[in-house]
Amino acid sequence: MEAVVAPEKEVKQLDRVIIRFAGDSGDGMQLTGDRFTQETAAFGNDLVTLPNFPAEIRAPQGTLPGVSSFQVHFADHDILTAGDAPDVLVAMNPAALRANLGDLPKGATIIVDTHDFTARNLTKAGYTANPLEGDGLAEYAVHTVDLTGMTVEAVKEFGLSRKDASRAKNMFALGLLSWMYGRPTETTHAFLAKRFAKVPDIRDANLAAFKAGWNFGETTETFVVRYEIKPAKMAPGNYRNITGNLALSYGLIAGGVQSGLPVFLGSYPITPASDILHELSKHKGFGVTTFQAEDEIAGVGAAIGASFAGQLGVTTTSGPGISLKSEAIGLAIMTELPLVVVDVQRGGPSTGLPTKTEQADLLQAMFGRNGEAPLPVVAPQSPGDCFDTAVEAVRLAVTYRTPVILLSDGYLANGSEPWRIPGLDELPTIDPDFATEKNHGSGEDAEFWPYERDAETLARPWAIPGTPGLEHRIGGLEKGDGHGNISYDPANHDFMVRTRQAKVDRIADSLPPLEVDDPSGEAKVLVLGWGSTYGPIGAGVRRVRKAGYHVAQAHLRHLNPFPSDLGEVLKRYDRVLVPEMNLGQLSLLLRAKYLVDVVGYNEVRGLPLKAAVLADVIGNLVAEAEGIDVDLTPTSSQEEQR
Amino acid sequence: MTEQTTDLGVPAFRTGTESVPTTDDKQTGKDFTSDQEVRWCPGCGDYAVLKAVQSFLPDLGLRRENIVFVSGIGCSSRFPYYLDTYGMHSIHGRAPSIATGIATAREDLSVWVVTGDGDALSIGGNHLIHALRRNVNMTILLFNNRIYGLTKGQYSPTSETGKVTKSTPMGSLDHPFNPVSLALGAEASFVARTIDSDRKHLTSVLAAAAAHRGTSLVEIYQNCPIFNDGAFDAIKSPETKADAIIPLVHGEPIHFGATLEDGPMAGRGAKALVRDEQTGGVKVVATADVATSDVLVHDAHSPDPTMAFAISRLTDSGYLNTSPIGVFRQVQRPTYDDAAREQVATARNGAWNDDTADRAARLAALIGGGDTWTIL
Repeated sequence: MEAVVAPEKEVKQLDRVIIRFAGDSGDGMQLTGDRFTQETAAFGNDLVTLPNFPAEIRAPQGTLPGVSSFQVHFADHDILTAGDAPDVLVAMNPAALRANLGDLPKGATIIVDTHDFTARNLTKAGYTANPLEGDGLAEYAVHTVDLTGMTVEAVKEFGLSRKDASRAKNMFALGLLSWMYGRPTETTHAFLAKRFAKVPDIRDANLAAFKAGWNFGETTETFVVRYEIKPAKMAPGNYRNITGNLALSYGLIAGGVQSGLPVFLGSYPITPASDILHELSKHKGFGVTTFQAEDEIAGVGAAIGASFAGQLGVTTTSGPGISLKSEAIGLAIMTELPLVVVDVQRGGPSTGLPTKTEQADLLQAMFGRNGEAPLPVVAPQSPGDCFDTAVEAVRLAVTYRTPVILLSDGYLANGSEPWRIPGLDELPTIDPDFATEKNHGSGEDAEFWPYERDAETLARPWAIPGTPGLEHRIGGLEKGDGHGNISYDPANHDFMVRTRQAKVDRIADSLPPLEVDDPSGEAKVLVLGWGSTYGPIGAGVRRVRKAGYHVAQAHLRHLNPFPSDLGEVLKRYDRVLVPEMNLGQLSLLLRAKYLVDVVGYNEVRGLPLKAAVLADVIGNLVAEAEGIDVDLTPTSSQEEQR
Repeated sequence: MTEQTTDLGVPAFRTGTESVPTTDDKQTGKDFTSDQEVRWCPGCGDYAVLKAVQSFLPDLGLRRENIVFVSGIGCSSRFPYYLDTYGMHSIHGRAPSIATGIATAREDLSVWVVTGDGDALSIGGNHLIHALRRNVNMTILLFNNRIYGLTKGQYSPTSETGKVTKSTPMGSLDHPFNPVSLALGAEASFVARTIDSDRKHLTSVLAAAAAHRGTSLVEIYQNCPIFNDGAFDAIKSPETKADAIIPLVHGEPIHFGATLEDGPMAGRGAKALVRDEQTGGVKVVATADVATSDVLVHDAHSPDPTMAFAISRLTDSGYLNTSPIGVFRQVQRPTYDDAAREQVATARNGAWNDDTADRAARLAALIGGGDTWTIL
């Protein structure tokens, strides 16, 4: 699939590149980034993406709040993050330049569409003078190109209005960058042909703009170098590029297939979780029912109803939605019904930062209900891992008859990575094990007791309506042990509270030991994380190791219960660092449960943690723990260092 | 009324319990009585409704295990514990949403919601109106005692303005809901009102509600002897009820009041409903003063809910001295749950659940789709 390289231009080999496309919300930057990513995936590079867009659908045009961007990091080797700082910025207007310039290292390449650098737009972006004139950008390699003007020229023959014609400028930019990095173009051709099949003029204009952008790179003297990043060596298998929300949707469908249960999603639209509702609504062929409810509470209520009726109840939301669903989740805990609750976390509290990432709902997931209300909590570590974690959430919910909270976040939801497509034989089989017989007493006196538990899992029987002889009533009032009738007995309540806790605790028996990555076995410092910080932590750890120091890394998928050996692992290390995008929620849990003095590193900026920052934090802790000086100054060939 | 003869291509409508398995075994009220002790206050209207429901359910001839009662929170919401069917006593106001999940998941279940004026109209108002507009196949029994009982006597969203309660010592300030008007405004396809103490009428309304495919809302006036005793005395007392109850029977002229002994309208009530030309609504007149042809004939099946709404406005919002009773509206339109199952059935095209291998192949094709590449 390697594109043909025009001979007259110099070709430079690179091992990795970080490109950020930035423009106005209406400029189609997410689409541009997504197409570039697909081309890159098809080419075989490893990659990680970071979309970043405002909560407003169309913030005032040309302003800083209206800037939308898409960052893609791709390499000829295994990478873990979307990169700390872009090597290349494509800025479609003054606001996009101004909003992103601060993130660029010296020497970075900037490609600017000069068309919008008018007095009015400069003022809107807060510039008092045109930054393209003068020495303001002298430390960068700036290419000023009239992308819009050339796009309009390139699509002239299709007779579009000037406005429609200029809208294809993102495809011109994509064509130019595709040329520059030798991306294969077939997928974009096919995509445009399909997407605009019903509007031939627009389709042809976009294709023409894309080709014009490519040809411009090839012929102009503005760009004298193109770059080659060889495909990455990855584990054998079939791959596709996948976002967290898509992988999570597929995981829920797979959970339905593996358990033989029809999936019932009750949901209310909320950023950044809505795409899961959109995706599942397309897969009714798998027996999936999607119910867009009147509110968050009705979404979870209908899911609980569906579970009572024998389906796999699922509800998807973000933090504010969890707040609304709390009482209903408590009902699912009391009635001990399977339920998967997906929380795609975003910045909080309240409405917070709807489109930005954060992991500050951990304690809400753990404790955000009245009474002693334990439930299992799991978290994926990367976009592709959302698939496995969703399957695991289904396994826990069905096996243990309990609501499970899955904590994804905005970064995982919208970010993407190449994903090795698993074989179905790698997935667990999940047995709903519906009750069909009376389970208490024998002969004439036999009865069905809805709270007579499985000795091993402590799960109660799941008897669904339509099963003769097992008619029973459940509800939010405390249940008598075994028979399940209402009970206000003090000793019974104490017993039931402890039993519900014990049931969740027993899940730990089914978990594998915590994987600890400690290649030298000599590390004194362990870095422990959960959720989407896996990438930046891993990249930071690699950097410290490359500089010659020892550090161990472990990442938790199960946050409740913790793996059985976690306490023992923590005690093996002198210092434990816990980086989180919150003010120390996992730290609090670890300190409370294991009496270990973990060290937190905490940021709540609405953005993923940066590998370079984490490397420094780890380095300092290694220095302290080992009583040595740590110097992380990068050598020339190091990866992930920025 | 003109007869509708045009074939609009609308599918034949089915009854509410048509897809629920039936039994030939003889059932009695006892079969539907659970072993749990009923714990309402002595004299509570809920007892009468429970008895009526227990003796009515055998008439449906459905398999007991295919009946589900769902309730929210409040005195009446204890109802499912006393019925030997499947049941869930859920959380405050949310029963319609839980029932929506059950009814959508399972065509073969007869789904009932038991709720009260606080549960359905205050904390759960949103779920009620959306269940009604979606027309999910379920029957909602709304016990209206116009007071909060379980929390010991605060005013409810159906209490009359000025009600002195524990939380409103100087009188309540809010204007009450009229549950029937609310339901009609929420696009309900079946709306009825009945009275706890009138077993015969209650049973006939339950039968009509169960037969209706879609969301049936049944408001049941129910006396709370502890916190709001006498709220419905006017419509229950033999001396006053003839003037208080406006009986609605589809296809019958609407009369009430003392029966006329003689004259051309002999046998009919002394009062009648006629259209009010000035307001566009309806008004009460003396039967003797109007021509027979001017008396409003009740049409519960009218596609236009205007007249049903106008009749519902004759309910007193203060102390109850007058109230129409019966089926206000019963029209057929597609149900949400049928349509949702139809979409799934269309999409899965007969393959799902029949063949595990096919399902696995579909899953493999799904997750292995899109732009893929292979690393050897």
